[in-house]
Amino acid sequence: MSVLIDGDTKILCQGFTGGAGLFHSKNSLAYGTKVVAGVTPGKGGQEIEGVPVYDTVAEAKAATGATVSMIYVPAPFTADAICEAVDSELDLVVTITEGVPVADMAFVTDFMKGSKTRLVGPNCPGVITPVTADSGCKIGIMPGYIHRPGRVGIVSRSGTLTYEAVWQVTSADMGQSTCIGIGGDPIKGMDFIECLQLFQDDPDTDGIIMIGEIGGTAEEEACEFITQYVKKPVVGFVAGATAPPGKRMGHAGAIISGGKGTAKDKKAAMNKAGVHVCDTPSILGETMKQVLGA
Amino acid sequence: MNIHEYQAKQLLAKFGVPVSRGIPCTTADEVGKAFVALNEPLAVVKAQIHAGGRGKAGGVKLVRSADEAIAVAKDLIGKTLVTHQTGPEGRVVRTLYVEAGSDIDREMYLAVLMDRAAAAPVVIAAAEGGVDIEELAETKPEAIARHRVHPVKGLMPFQARALCKHLGLSGDQAKQGGKLIGALVKAFMASDCSLAEINPLITTKQGEVKALDAKMGFDDNALFRHKDIVELRDLNEEDPKEVEAKKFDLSYIALTGDIGCLVNGAGLAMATMDVVQQKGGMPANFLDVGGGATAEQVTNAFKILLSDENVKGILVNIFGGIMRCDTIAEGVITAAKEVNLSVPLVVRLEGTNVEQGRKMLEESGIDLHTASSLDEAAEKVVAAVR
Repeated sequence: MSVLIDGDTKILCQGFTGGAGLFHSKNSLAYGTKVVAGVTPGKGGQEIEGVPVYDTVAEAKAATGATVSMIYVPAPFTADAICEAVDSELDLVVTITEGVPVADMAFVTDFMKGSKTRLVGPNCPGVITPVTADSGCKIGIMPGYIHRPGRVGIVSRSGTLTYEAVWQVTSADMGQSTCIGIGGDPIKGMDFIECLQLFQDDPDTDGIIMIGEIGGTAEEEACEFITQYVKKPVVGFVAGATAPPGKRMGHAGAIISGGKGTAKDKKAAMNKAGVHVCDTPSILGETMKQVLGA
Repeated sequence: MNIHEYQAKQLLAKFGVPVSRGIPCTTADEVGKAFVALNEPLAVVKAQIHAGGRGKAGGVKLVRSADEAIAVAKDLIGKTLVTHQTGPEGRVVRTLYVEAGSDIDREMYLAVLMDRAAAAPVVIAAAEGGVDIEELAETKPEAIARHRVHPVKGLMPFQARALCKHLGLSGDQAKQGGKLIGALVKAFMASDCSLAEINPLITTKQGEVKALDAKMGFDDNALFRHKDIVELRDLNEEDPKEVEAKKFDLSYIALTGDIGCLVNGAGLAMATMDVVQQKGGMPANFLDVGGGATAEQVTNAFKILLSDENVKGILVNIFGGIMRCDTIAEGVITAAKEVNLSVPLVVRLEGTNVEQGRKMLEESGIDLHTASSLDEAAEKVVAAVR
């Protein structure tokens, strides 16, 4: 079926009445996603696009039964919004906002200790579970129409590179169970390992595409986990093989520093863990097709 | 964002980190006067550029008289310093920092940095200073002490004591060291730093513990709450094309090749650079126009790419998601006409309304090649610049 979210998941949107929040909430609604509440402090009581707006996450949850939040609030207020959602004991918080200060995310990580809430992001495209050819649960800014329901799980640090992989999987007549964009920030919520575990444990995912990029050692750690735990085939790609050290490549996390975090190291770790490594993102779909014998 | 040594020292001093007295200067005349004002037998004239390795490159000189200081300044101001961190093009020296000389007894290493794995700041210390800490981490990892700092509470006293012990500081020097480390962590947290490095940290023959050098970098995402730090920015130290790109919310990094790349999304932009190189080309830049990619941003991005004389061909690779391919095609056509495109252009579009977008490009009358995959696009642009 899927991981994290499915066609019945009820979503609330923090930052619902802002430009980005409203635009992308409309897209989610058009894709058939159950966006049941908006949250904007001071704007409770309104109804926009048929969705009731509340002042607080706690009120929205109590009134609608929403279990997941998607966050579009501006970066200076994002940490506060995440903490509010965590305090309301939602199951999942998907933070799309980019440009959140790293120190704020260090604080959020500390705040979340002991909580059962899962966080995805910030600075990510979001999470999507396609249910039919043109509908599903879409929490984020990805274009819904490129997805098809299927049995390939995708986890990625990059946005448009994820769309690239999704499009190839769809074009190769396979489809996706769930796609998780974990985001490009150095301190963030869920990382590869947690997503790989979810996909491994999901009876309806047959293969996993993992897209990494330079910076940090999350891919290397994920590869150790794959060796120990993941039995399903994994197809991998790492962006940034030609990025010069010390230069931050757009994402706050994408930087090679201290000789660590190079694409070469990450690809070597993937090879060692039995991941089918692609040298170009153009062949992610066909490689998965071959591996699955589909 | 990075700042100069003298700015870092001024900022750190406000938090209580001991530093030597010093005066920033921009002319040889000022340097002479600064030497006199410091009134010390020995001073150091230090070139201020945003790169390490200045000493080895001849950017740090000891002087014993005002005349000597002036002579050194005349030599250094306007000079291009090439260090192992500047790249072969080097950096032009515009500011000198004249500092009272120190009677160094011992050099150590101390830094605070934001650590991904710890999801918090981490203090790093080594009893050997003036070293390449990355090399030391490889060859003698046990020589480096690491302490995770609580992201809210800050450094605990026991951690400061342990760090001083590791640095080999005892008695009164351990007290001074503990205060200094505490002040450094406070400065780091209060200023949203990504890095605050003191290399070397020194003890003097007179028994003081102080920062002989200082390097600070800040989290760009947090600059909105630090107006005072933004004012310290020195645009001379940044690539003008990168500065221009930031104005339009574009993420641009200049590289050394001849193929201009215009892509939406950081990951796809890096992957595009990788594939260009695989096909035998060299990317001139990393350029992310953002996941949204509006027509206006595409136009501005084109202008920036073409302002680089090295660019002999342009590869546009856009996965149209929220922004449809016909809108992007329109942006590319408008931009190409507006900027009088004079180099080969290869466009690869994928996503919503892709057929319509490609048709518009082909019928635009602009001399361009289209491609359906990234690999094909890279091959075409590499062939076109040869």
